[in-house]
Amino acid sequence: MKYKVEKNILHLELSGNYLEYADDKTITSLYLAIQDKAVKVIEISAAGLQKWDSTLVVILFSLEKLARDRHIQIKDNQLPLNLKQLLELAFSVNRNPVLKVPKQQGLLEKIGDWGINIVQGSSKGFYFLYESFCSFGRLLKGSAVMRPVDFLFSLEDCGYKAIPIVSLISFMVGLILAFVGAVQLKVFGAEIYVASLVTIGMTRIMGAIMTGVIIAGRTGASYAATIGTMQVNEEIDALKTMGISVSDFLVLPRMSALILTMPLLTMWSDFMGMIGGAFVGITMLDIPFQRYFELSIEAINLSNFLVGIFHGFVFGFVIAICGCYYGVNCGRNADSVGLATTKAVVAAIVWMIVMTGIITILCEVLGI
Amino acid sequence: MIKEKQIEVKNLTIGYGDFVLLENLNFVINKSDVFIIMGGSGCGKSSMLRVLTGLLEPQKGNVIIDGKNFTKSTTIERGAIMRKLGILYQSGALFSSMTLAENIALPLQQYTKYSLREINELVSLKLALVGLAGFEEFYPSEISGGMKKRAGLARALALDPEIVYFDEPSAGLDPISSHLLDKLILDINHSLGTTIVIVTHELASIFAVGNNSIFLDGETKSIQGYGNPKELLKNPPNEKVYKFLTRGEKEHE
Repeated sequence: MKYKVEKNILHLELSGNYLEYADDKTITSLYLAIQDKAVKVIEISAAGLQKWDSTLVVILFSLEKLARDRHIQIKDNQLPLNLKQLLELAFSVNRNPVLKVPKQQGLLEKIGDWGINIVQGSSKGFYFLYESFCSFGRLLKGSAVMRPVDFLFSLEDCGYKAIPIVSLISFMVGLILAFVGAVQLKVFGAEIYVASLVTIGMTRIMGAIMTGVIIAGRTGASYAATIGTMQVNEEIDALKTMGISVSDFLVLPRMSALILTMPLLTMWSDFMGMIGGAFVGITMLDIPFQRYFELSIEAINLSNFLVGIFHGFVFGFVIAICGCYYGVNCGRNADSVGLATTKAVVAAIVWMIVMTGIITILCEVLGI
Repeated sequence: MIKEKQIEVKNLTIGYGDFVLLENLNFVINKSDVFIIMGGSGCGKSSMLRVLTGLLEPQKGNVIIDGKNFTKSTTIERGAIMRKLGILYQSGALFSSMTLAENIALPLQQYTKYSLREINELVSLKLALVGLAGFEEFYPSEISGGMKKRAGLARALALDPEIVYFDEPSAGLDPISSHLLDKLILDINHSLGTTIVIVTHELASIFAVGNNSIFLDGETKSIQGYGNPKELLKNPPNEKVYKFLTRGEKEHE
């Protein structure tokens, strides 16, 4: 693209190919030439124009628009007919380009939006919680619409099918705890306390946390994806129009199954963590198996153990609620299912940490 | 003969947030009508269906079903009205984790006190009604798109509803399956006297089954045509309706 200004006429010459044309400098200087100089006429010659695409249409449209605003005459007779037709279409149709330059929000506006989102999100979340509790109430009264097979399927999915991954991760965490602990305890010649360290750590909190993180990523994500896909396929609409409570039918079996299995998985995780610790204690610290076993049993404290199980119970509830909430509130396209899944996992982990903090403070206050 | 009103839409305004999609609509659907809601893509047909089925709250106005205000009903009243409705969604919306028999049995288990044997009989009968006898144990993923729609229809008919809504029944179907579905809709309307409401823009289906209709226009946010589709074609109220009913191929004289 070349241009020159003679007297008050701008000669624009289009030649060669204009495919994905990106000569920004020429285009910018062309627009400036029209604005700065006393141009009265633009003459476009396209004798050598070969291949072109929509980019050229957009450039010429902007040029003509600018010229029309400034009452500059345009002579574009040489342009190919189809290019002229596209330009006419661009001017004749009342278009509404949606990709606007994003509006800069002020700080107050941002804070306002943030506040509104928090309030709306919280009220939706609390309503979902309320609905879930009502479903539990109906379950106890025997009037909930929950298919036993759905509950059993969820129980199988988040129960024994999760055992291999929970075992592996818990074993490794026990092993790491023992190893890191041993390095420090060795300084004081107190490596014998590795057994107590691993046992207390796993039973009090680490077993529950690790199980929670694994189940949030595995089962919580699966709940959000399954229910989200049902939303996309209009299955949730179908349930609503059949007058069946979404909470009873979809949330209840999943939540009941997780609340039941999480404490059991936590116990299993505690055990596997202790095995991992024993592996380090026996093979690396040369603590006799019998002695390590005795020390571990001595370190098991009922209140620690029950606090761990309680964590598991609470985490089960949190993971189920987050997974189902984001699934039910998923949008209606494939993207939203992915987004719902991500949000479900992140929210579950964040809420698990928050609940751990609350339980820890409560235990401190109650002297447990 | 004066027909009995089944659904009455009064001063209905539909939209999302501040955006108004359709404004101040008024129309009546009579008992045993095959009523078509037609219009171009994006004119608000599906949103209208969502309002008629209670999935979307209107910005203004009411939907009256059998003399009862459906829009302003309490949960219990709405449940009783919903019992009269059956809906066939565009995709069939069958529950993928259930067999066809389980899908159709679900509303029966929810609303009736039939024994398992009776439910089994009914399920099998409904599947036979839509030409799917013998497919009881199939999962939705194991059947074709047309069969899914027919199974969805069997589920919609499970409770012998007085009104059945169809959302784009011909979408994604080949011409023969589409024709068979149209025939099925007419059979159900004739044999059971069910009121049928169809949201569609398929001209073949519109003329084949519809005996009353409205034409929605997204630009004016209003009803631009109201009456029997064949009559609308003969005496079009305006250019838009004529163009739509002739696929834009002819100019209105």
